[in-house]
Amino acid sequence: MSRLEILKTYKIYIGGQFPRTESGRFYSPLDKKGKPLGNICLSSRKDVRNAIVAARKAFGSWSERAAFNRGQILYRIAEMLEGRKEQFIAELIQQGSTKKNAEEEVNLSIERTVYYAGWCDKYQQVLSSVNPVASSHFNFSVLEPTGVVGILAPQNTSLIGLVSIMLPVICGGNTCVVIASENLPLCAVTFAEVLNSSDVPGGVVNILTGTNKELNETLSTHMDVNAIVYGGDDLEALKQIQENSVLNVKRVFSYSKDWNKADSQDLYMISDTQEIKTTWHPIENIGGSSSSY
Amino acid sequence: MATKKKNTEHVSDWNYSPSLESTSHLNLKKRYDLFIDGKWVKPSSGVYFKTINPANEEILAEVAHGNQDDVDKAVKAARKAYTDVWSIMPPAERAKYIFRIARLMQERARELAVAETLDAGKTIRESRDIDVPLACNYFFYYAGWADKLEYAFPNRKVESLGVAGQIIPWNFPLLMAAWKIAPALATGNTVVLKPAETTPLTALILAEIIEESGLPAGVVNIVTGHGDTGAAIVNHPDIDKIAFTGSTNVGKIIQKALAGTSKKLTLELGGKSANIIFDDAPIDQAVEGIVNGIFFNQGHVCCAGSRLYVQESVADLVIQKLKSRMDSLYLGNPLDKNTDIGAINSKEQLETIHKYIKIGKQEGAEMYQPKCSIPTKGFYCAPTLFINVAQSSVIAQEEIFGPVLTIQTFRTVDEVIQKANNSPFGLAAGVWTDKGSRIFNLSSKLRAGVIWANTYNKFDPTSPFGGYKESGFGREGGLHGLNSYVKLS
Repeated sequence: MSRLEILKTYKIYIGGQFPRTESGRFYSPLDKKGKPLGNICLSSRKDVRNAIVAARKAFGSWSERAAFNRGQILYRIAEMLEGRKEQFIAELIQQGSTKKNAEEEVNLSIERTVYYAGWCDKYQQVLSSVNPVASSHFNFSVLEPTGVVGILAPQNTSLIGLVSIMLPVICGGNTCVVIASENLPLCAVTFAEVLNSSDVPGGVVNILTGTNKELNETLSTHMDVNAIVYGGDDLEALKQIQENSVLNVKRVFSYSKDWNKADSQDLYMISDTQEIKTTWHPIENIGGSSSSY
Repeated sequence: MATKKKNTEHVSDWNYSPSLESTSHLNLKKRYDLFIDGKWVKPSSGVYFKTINPANEEILAEVAHGNQDDVDKAVKAARKAYTDVWSIMPPAERAKYIFRIARLMQERARELAVAETLDAGKTIRESRDIDVPLACNYFFYYAGWADKLEYAFPNRKVESLGVAGQIIPWNFPLLMAAWKIAPALATGNTVVLKPAETTPLTALILAEIIEESGLPAGVVNIVTGHGDTGAAIVNHPDIDKIAFTGSTNVGKIIQKALAGTSKKLTLELGGKSANIIFDDAPIDQAVEGIVNGIFFNQGHVCCAGSRLYVQESVADLVIQKLKSRMDSLYLGNPLDKNTDIGAINSKEQLETIHKYIKIGKQEGAEMYQPKCSIPTKGFYCAPTLFINVAQSSVIAQEEIFGPVLTIQTFRTVDEVIQKANNSPFGLAAGVWTDKGSRIFNLSSKLRAGVIWANTYNKFDPTSPFGGYKESGFGREGGLHGLNSYVKLS
């Protein structure tokens, strides 16, 4: 007798916990053969709000953590991804990918994670400055994370798109709420499990499944979200997000790249969700001695 | 100046003799046209509006009201200049034009300072020592970047955007024009700039300087007018970039108007900045910092330190010293070199400030104003402070943009960080303490774009300026200010 397979219940990820949606609703995206992928959580607006609360709560300690430590945690994500490679490949194939493409996508996701892990304690040095003001002050500018970032993951990939636009955000000390690809949600849910076992504190990344159409608005009108990163290609939806963002002057970034290309990653994606802070302090200027004696 | 003193308790008997800056050196025209494509052209509507001296309500000049057609003409000129000349000019040559503008401004600095004081109501000391020299320095600073842009963005090719539409406020008219025009030109863009309707004169003198500099026609166009002129710039389809400095409300309208377009946007909006005094601060210096933080430029400063937080143990002392310092402030003719507090920029703004003072009283806060005589003509507001203000109070939450300070007290560091960050704005903050470690703690936890530690309201072309949260996005000044005017590939 063949063994009866244990099927997975796909959950969402909020504040380090794996609840089903509070709404009790689900949807069933289909694979290429028209077979349901599973009963995926159809997250509600309330789930989005809960996730934003979790992200805000996690922001303080994540942004103030040593950059080196954030780098270690991102590297740990890569390690965990490597260990669960086969699962991701299987899910990508289940969602319509070829074996070769699936392998490439997972490998690149791991490489990209290592890439951003390395940036954690370097972008600050590259992009900050000491400013030679003309008065007797010491003046410097540093980068600080923008805050809570709403992320709308690319629709056309299950893993690489999500990884590519989420990592630069948390690399820079932001926390985020991610809406996964509507029709390719499996890897997002499994990726949440990777995050959960990678020392990423609960609330730093929150991942919801559901329809963009329903969740966009709550995310982009919410007064405690500081920025939106849009990975989709629906220009009307983007316009709506930009209009909603006016409520609290959210920064909106939209990327349309082929995430499967090796060079679809860079420093300037990190700096997009950073603010520049400039600090002034007077320099005591009394007495006659100078540095040349 | 102040003559009749009723309350000798607060005001000393002696006064400085007036020391008026002469206006003889300034030759304002009776009427100014629009500066488009290197020429002075009449507004297509034929309409002119008057700009007055807010210190005495006398008319200074008539200024053209540019409408949509004029804006379109200016954008066409800017596009042509961009395509034909400015974007293909070797960057080092571009730099030389900008250096030349900086030098010409320095040469005409006195004239610019007097014009600024007359048109804006700000004190001549400030125009002469801060606004005008800084404006020159922004041009001088950004000129040198023109041929070095690759060094600012590692691993990237840097390109200009095209035509930049720029809308500036009335609180630092010439300085804001410099903040906008200098980096735009250095990065290879051409410009259509609209000065504020109450303060167009120094931008028009700057247009004369630009004309004199030989800058190719159409690279900089100055279109004066009202809100409709600004809206025409924002909504013009052939503009690639909008830079706006002004109120958060108007900023939001602009952000919404640009939704769904590919126009790049920077917003430098309002603020309600916290100024925090700890018990170990050098109190006398801190009091000077409080005064400079809120009464500089009559409080018409987006980053004004308008929310004062004083540690409870020194609150009585700080408030007493602050009141006594306020008693010695001179309010009056902005052209007088003794004057500390000049005129409110417009009647409309004075009414706004009075509205908030009334709200403050209604909310039950305790108000203090020194006994100073207010000139009968012109728009003036005595320096004002409110004690016993609640965090939720309207006057502690909303931007007043006038010489009105609210005072709250605190006990612990954590408490004051929470109170300071409890605002939709995030433009600036001040911290006064002798303890270095505490400065670094606060400067990293306060969610604001500029932190002044043991100082306040300092500006420099090398120093990036701009806000967090609803105070806007993008930076002006310094290397980071270049980013607002380039695309990277």
